[in-house]
Amino acid sequence: MMVYIMCFILFMVGLYGVLTRRNLIKIVIGFSIMEFSCFLFLALIGYIENGLAPILKEGMKNPVYVDPLPQAMVLTAIVIGLATTAMLLAIAIRIYKKYGTFDIRKVNELKG
Amino acid sequence: MNGMSLIVKKVTQLMSGLIFMYGLYIITHGHLTPGGGFAGGAIVAGAFILLILAFGSKVISLRTEKSQTSITESLALLIVIILAGAGLFFGSYVFFNNYLPEGEVGELISAGVIPLYNIFVGMEVSAALLTIFLGLVIYKEEVAS
Amino acid sequence: METLLSILIGFMIIGALYALHARDLLSALIAQGIVGYGLVICFLNLRAPDLAIVQIVVETITLIVMVAVVLNSSREEVRESWNRNKVLNIMSSLLIIGILVYVFAIMIGPLQPFGEHTTRMSEFYTQNGAEATGSANLVTGVLFDFRGYDTLGEATILFTAALGVITILRSKSKKESTS
Repeated sequence: MMVYIMCFILFMVGLYGVLTRRNLIKIVIGFSIMEFSCFLFLALIGYIENGLAPILKEGMKNPVYVDPLPQAMVLTAIVIGLATTAMLLAIAIRIYKKYGTFDIRKVNELKG
Repeated sequence: MNGMSLIVKKVTQLMSGLIFMYGLYIITHGHLTPGGGFAGGAIVAGAFILLILAFGSKVISLRTEKSQTSITESLALLIVIILAGAGLFFGSYVFFNNYLPEGEVGELISAGVIPLYNIFVGMEVSAALLTIFLGLVIYKEEVAS
Repeated sequence: METLLSILIGFMIIGALYALHARDLLSALIAQGIVGYGLVICFLNLRAPDLAIVQIVVETITLIVMVAVVLNSSREEVRESWNRNKVLNIMSSLLIIGILVYVFAIMIGPLQPFGEHTTRMSEFYTQNGAEATGSANLVTGVLFDFRGYDTLGEATILFTAALGVITILRSKSKKESTS
């Protein structure tokens, strides 16, 4: 149970970054930290004590494998995380080109 | 973007081919060993990104508006959908049906259509990551000029 | 195993806190790398080599792209200054944190302790997956056979994201270039 709570604390750290930072790059970092904690939580659910990696091998008697389903889910989610991070960075660099700053509050004032 | 020094270029010449071959190995053995289309595709894209970083952006001609990587990506995704849809015409009428013979577990040619999915998904992932990177590189060049 | 993982996640939390508070954006990115590569070690300890391979490559590419963006613009962190809505901000943050902790406490109840079966499908997949798909790597079998729609949706999202990045970063439109 301790591991789940640590994982939740990691998620909260990412959320704190997204809510309080004013720099766009820091906000992207906060988003990716939240993503990492979600991946870790799903992988933790699939773990089985003294289990083996889910790859079959000949000549083993009654092997115990860890759960392959959360691993397959996380495998696709990692690549989606890279795509969304690249998208956020592209938007951030366009905002920098237009307003000359990464500060979101200053961008709000200039627009308004 | 300019290239780097002579030492970096020489080491990159030696290493990038090996990294590319390793990515192909990961893709084709995806149903036997850890890895698969996603991991191998990312490694292949990494080999090309290493080349572009070391030799500058002159390696790949960036002048054309339509990039080759975007076309490769679209074609690979289309082939994946066609492979999945072909399951409707063989045997039971199920999308994503495994209609090829499965063979022996542990052989290189086995598991029906899964190796084909691996190859084309790997192609799609590598082309997509390379497209994203090339978009940033082209943008940087246009800002600098 | 649980203690080792807790220590690793503790290091990741320290790295995340430093990444959010660093003065220089470049050192913030390097500190974000602590979190990503720590996740690789966690995956290796959780017997998930597929995830470890994907995560180590993807983390490297993310770092390269982020460093390219930061070197292209500014490295300076913006200066923090308290604005006038301080009380309202603190109140709403506390409310969100309270709601999240409550939902987490509800969610953690029905989970079994760490290291035991939690999903019902895993028994079926580990016992019959090899005969049903013919693939020795069970993760690939689940990914491309049992859960094929998931993979197809993921490939579509990646395609859309690449198109979006190209569209956002194009600097001049076709009309301007011809005229």
